[in-house]
Order: sequence, then C-alpha cells, then structure tokens
Amino acid sequence: MGANEIQDHGVLRFLTCGSVDDGKSTLIGRLLFDTKTILVDTLNAIERTSKKRGMEAVDLSLLTDGLQAEREQGITIDVAYRYYSTGTRKYIIADAPGHEQYTRNMVTAASTANLAIILIDARKGMLTQTRRHSYLANLVGIPHLLVAINKMDLVDYDQATFEKIKADYLAFAQQIGLKDVRFIPMSALNGDMIVDRGEKLDWYDGPTLLEILEEAPCAHADRDERFRFPVQFVCRPHDSANPELHDYRGFMGRVSSGVIAKGDAITVLPSGATSKVADIQIYGQSLPEAHADQSVTILLENEIDISRGDMIVKTDEAPAVTKQIDAMLCWLSETPLDRARKYVVRHTTRESKAILSGIEYRLDINTLEKQGADKLAVNDIAKVTIKLAQPLAIDPYTENRATGAFIVIDEATNNTVGAGMILQAS
Amino acid sequence: MKTMSKTLSHLDWLEAEAIHIMREVAGQCANPALLFSGGKDSICLLRLAEKAFRPGKFPFPLVHIDTGHNYKEVTDFRDKRAAELGERLIVRSVEDSMKRGTVVLKSPLEPRNKHQSVTLLETIAEFEFDACIGGARRDEEKARAKERIFSFRDEFGQWDPKNQRPELWDLYNARAFKGENIRAFPISNWTELDVWQYIEREGLELPSIYFAHQRQIVRKNGLLQPVTEVTPLKDGDVAETMVVRFRTVGDITCTAPVESDASSIRQIIEETAATTVTERGQTRLDDQTSEASMEQRKKEGYF
Repeated sequence: MGANEIQDHGVLRFLTCGSVDDGKSTLIGRLLFDTKTILVDTLNAIERTSKKRGMEAVDLSLLTDGLQAEREQGITIDVAYRYYSTGTRKYIIADAPGHEQYTRNMVTAASTANLAIILIDARKGMLTQTRRHSYLANLVGIPHLLVAINKMDLVDYDQATFEKIKADYLAFAQQIGLKDVRFIPMSALNGDMIVDRGEKLDWYDGPTLLEILEEAPCAHADRDERFRFPVQFVCRPHDSANPELHDYRGFMGRVSSGVIAKGDAITVLPSGATSKVADIQIYGQSLPEAHADQSVTILLENEIDISRGDMIVKTDEAPAVTKQIDAMLCWLSETPLDRARKYVVRHTTRESKAILSGIEYRLDINTLEKQGADKLAVNDIAKVTIKLAQPLAIDPYTENRATGAFIVIDEATNNTVGAGMILQAS
Repeated sequence: MKTMSKTLSHLDWLEAEAIHIMREVAGQCANPALLFSGGKDSICLLRLAEKAFRPGKFPFPLVHIDTGHNYKEVTDFRDKRAAELGERLIVRSVEDSMKRGTVVLKSPLEPRNKHQSVTLLETIAEFEFDACIGGARRDEEKARAKERIFSFRDEFGQWDPKNQRPELWDLYNARAFKGENIRAFPISNWTELDVWQYIEREGLELPSIYFAHQRQIVRKNGLLQPVTEVTPLKDGDVAETMVVRFRTVGDITCTAPVESDASSIRQIIEETAATTVTERGQTRLDDQTSEASMEQRKKEGYF
C-alpha cells in the first residue's frame, strides 16, 4: 500500500479526445469503474440521473459531466480532471471537450499531458475532428499518441474495419510527422480491451489500454535533457536569533528539466553571471543532486544578484537569450488579438511586455492549409513573430516544453488570452 | 555527460507540484493568506509550506474562518500547530458577522457552513488579501473537478464556472484587480488516499477525532449524526454509543463521523483504500441536498 513498500511508477498525465459521440466519457467511466475508483454513492447518484432521463442502463458518461450547465444541456463544456490509481501508478486524466468551438480547451488539457488517447468511432472512421485533435496533440508536444478504435461491438468486432482505419490514420500521421502512435481496438461500453481483454477481440494480440498506460514513460524518463531552473522566489530569512542564517540566500524553484549536482558550474540568465552550486536543499535536508520536477532550494558559492524571473542553467548547456521569438500561437480569448496593443508574455517565471510584430500565416486546422491573416480570433492558430521588452532564456518547444511555452495576458482584463509554443529566436 | 532524470514517486511528484504552486502564489501575489482549519487537508498544506519556504518564515499568515460550531479538539489543535510553527494565525468568526448583521440565521442551530463565505469575504476585505491558498481537492466533488488551480473570484467573491481563465502548463496567472481575489489550490491533484499516504509518510500529527473514539450518535438518513450541544437529541431520536472516527472535520452540524475502529494512520489508509463510499457522500450533510449544491456555494464565494 504505502509508497515505500511497492514499486511506485509515479504519475502519468493523459488526455482523452474525441468527437461528441465517440464514447469518450464512457471510456473514462469504464476506466474508473473497472479500476474500482467509482464509489457506491457516486454510482447511485448517476443511476438516479440516468433513470430521470429515461435511460435503462447506467450512463457512465454522467461521471465526467460535472457542471450544472453541462448536465442540463447534456454536453461537456470544460476540461475536467479525473484521478485513479492502480497501486503502482497514479493517473491524472484531462477530459477535453470534443466540440469544434472548444479548441482552446483541448490545448489547455494537452499542455500538461504526456500521452493522448484519440478516440475513433469504428463505424465512422477518421473524421475532421480526428485530424484536428491529432494535429493539436502533436503541436502541444504530447510525446505518445494512442489511437483507440472504439465501438468495435457495433461493427461485429471486425478486424478488417480496424485495419482499414489504422491504415488511414498512419497515412495521415506520416503527413503531419507523428512518430509514436499505437492502435488498439476496443468497446468502452462492454469493457473490451480497457482493463480486461474481453472475449470478442481474439485476433488482437497487443496490450490492453491499461497495460499500455502502465508502461508509458513518465514525462522526463528516458530523455537526455538540459538543466533548467526558473527562480520562483528568493529566500533571505534575516533571522536575528540565528546568526547562521544571516547570509543565507536560497534560490527557490522547481527543476523544469535535467539534473543538477553540488559543485556544478552554473550561469544565471539573462545576466550571464556565473557561479557554482554550493548546496541543494529541501526542508533543512541537503541533497547531492536534484532531478526534473523536484522543487528545491539552490545555494551558490558566491553572492550574485538573482531574483524571481531569472533562470539558473548549467554553464555548458545554456539556452538562447533573445528579445524576439517565432512561435505558434493559439488565441484563447473571445476578444480578437489587436496588433496595435501591447500584451504581457509570461514565460517560466518571467514576464515581459510584448508586441505581436507579424503573422506569417494562420493555420486552418481542418485542412492544415496555411492562410494569410492580419488578425486572430478565438481558437485560431498562427505562426507569429513577437517582440519582447525583456530578454527571455528560451529553448524550442519541441526540445523543452517548460522553456518553450508561454502564455499571453491582456493587462486590461488580466485574462489569459493566448498560448504560445516557441519555434526559435528570430 | 548524459544524465537521465529519475522518475519521482507519486507522493514526491504531488509534493513538488504543490510546493511550486505555493511559491507561485508567494512570487506573484502581494498579500496572500493560507486558509488553515485544523483539518487534514490544511495540515498537509502547512507541511508543504514548510518545505516551500523554510528556513524563511511563511510569506503569508494563516487564516481560519470559525463557524463557532467546531470541535474543540480541532480548534485547540489549530492554535497549537500555529504556535509550534511560529506563524501568525488570524481567526475570524461567523458569530462576529452575525453580530454585524451580515449573516442572518433562519434558525439558531442551522448549519453555518454556507455562512462562512460571508465572513471569509469580510476577512479578505479587512486584510486586503489578494489571494487565499486553500486545501480543496478536485476529487472531492464534480464542480471542483473543473476548477482551475488558480481560480479567479470577482469582487463579490463569485466563481464563474463558464468563464474561467485558461490554465496551461504550469504557467499560473494570479493577476487580479483590487477587490478581486485568487484562490489557489496546491493539492488540487491529490486524492483522499494521497492525503492519508502523505500524512503517514511525513508523520504529521492530527486532531484526535480523526482516530477511532467512542461517541454518542443518532442514525439519520444513513449518516451518523453526533449528539452535541449544537446538535441535541430531538423527540424520537434514539442515541447510541458507537466507535467512530471523522474522515473530514468541519462545522459540527454538517459533518458526520463514520463507524470505524481505525486507531492509526496505517489502519485509516487500509480503510480508505477499501472504502466503497466517497468522502463527501459519507460525511457531508450539506452536499446531499442537490447534485449541484457545491457548485452553487462556490458561485456564492465559498472557498
């Protein structure tokens, strides 16, 4: 039971996306149900609701339709997060709505996911939405895609249907450059190939959905990453009762990627000041090294000026520092982008005023066609050039999601209006 | 030189994420507070704050909105824990709002949970807090499953579920104008079982009523209602003495214990892993009214 007694494979965050009737909510309901995450009172509540709506069987999709408005309309309007554990791994599911107008929710859900399940209705095959979801999952840098060909029960569990859809998808995957794609036939409604294999899919000898999830690599596993440490907070205790703390200067943050060890040579960006790691601490304990995802405090050998928004990197693997970037930008706000205005870009823990100096093209994500554009509306995706008032230490998003991502904030409303993925310094 | 990162255990990952969230609040907000009730979730928040900010002081005071209907074991624990940490504790009471006339009860012993919202908003205004850190979890309830980690509240303290700020990567947006407020939830991604496992791993002390003890109760609608000064026996009630523990502690009038002889964290974890009823379903008398009751309260400013 306890974290120390059994092997703990950490946390896997994944995303489910599909068209309205692909059975996405049923799939999630099935995963929760078959891993015994749904408890009796929740099940009773959805049984009551199912009956009230005149349905005979329990509608597992009701589990994921959380908000009152959604229950009234019978649709899913916002990303919902669900949790289950298998004892060896904890799962966080981001359930993204499939409707056309909710591209921004899909991008939001995808931003923290390490694997995406793309649902296809076996009767319908690939749809425009399948292409769109796959493109977005790839754009937002999800390393592992799993194409779940669902509702196999409605096509008599026919292998040829599965193989046809798989071939169609692979042709498309090659077109947009998808690499790690796997396919699985299933019936979420009957539970075939989710947790249990069922009896109808004998011709499929690959792993079940749960087996694939159990073995999928976590976010930073098997990757040779460069060390990036955005400083969140500087700790200067000024405790007069404790003279040892008089000169204490701890730089607090979470390791975005890579590994750092005591004695490593570091550079602070954007200033370029250099030093060595004197100690790595957490809660009074000294660590020999810190790994990606760990929240720690770093102490340096000499006193240099560092504040929130600076980034500590290893001297021999420094990123580019730039005041102009090319990026893919997804516009999230109902208020269109106004090129005459200044916005704020937030990148790691650093903020800068920004001007959108050019739109190279807007992408039609249904046809993947590049179009000219001089403004961006909600759900638009475009390749843009952004000028910054402050220098940022950046990596291309495809190499490092943490240091390649940024959000755009509208200071007039404080709202988050854009999500960006850096291509390069320009 | 190739150096591969180790994969963190699920508790280490959750802890690191929560610390990052707390440091973002401290880094982005001018005057935050941490809501500490003496309950298990906020007890975890305090350990996370220690890990986030020691050897420094916490960059925020602890705040409790006391309904006046809390178990003494819990409020005593609250005071003791704040003193041990050497951190500032601010307590504001729903009863003060009643005296001011901003909270009006329909009946003297009615549940006061929903009235906490009024006192919380008054406290936020009094101290001009721009952010409150809370111990809410997304697994608690359907409406919470869709709430952001940094959740924006307007000047009336309202949460608008259909108009939430997009939240991408770990780039949290804590900006708010004067009078508005951010609620930040560092343990959003934790489940009840994660909380208990963390308490065990960290050896955290809890108020005694979390463990099995004898208590006079009345059975009502499948729940156990404790017999107390504010929930006295009514005509026709049959009191029983039973060995129980609380899965969650809150206002006495709306928090029910469960039958259990678990007297250690380990035994509680085993029960939690094997349980068949959700935490709120078994223990919250106020969430049963309608399927949307939590969402309704949050729209009105509940944390």
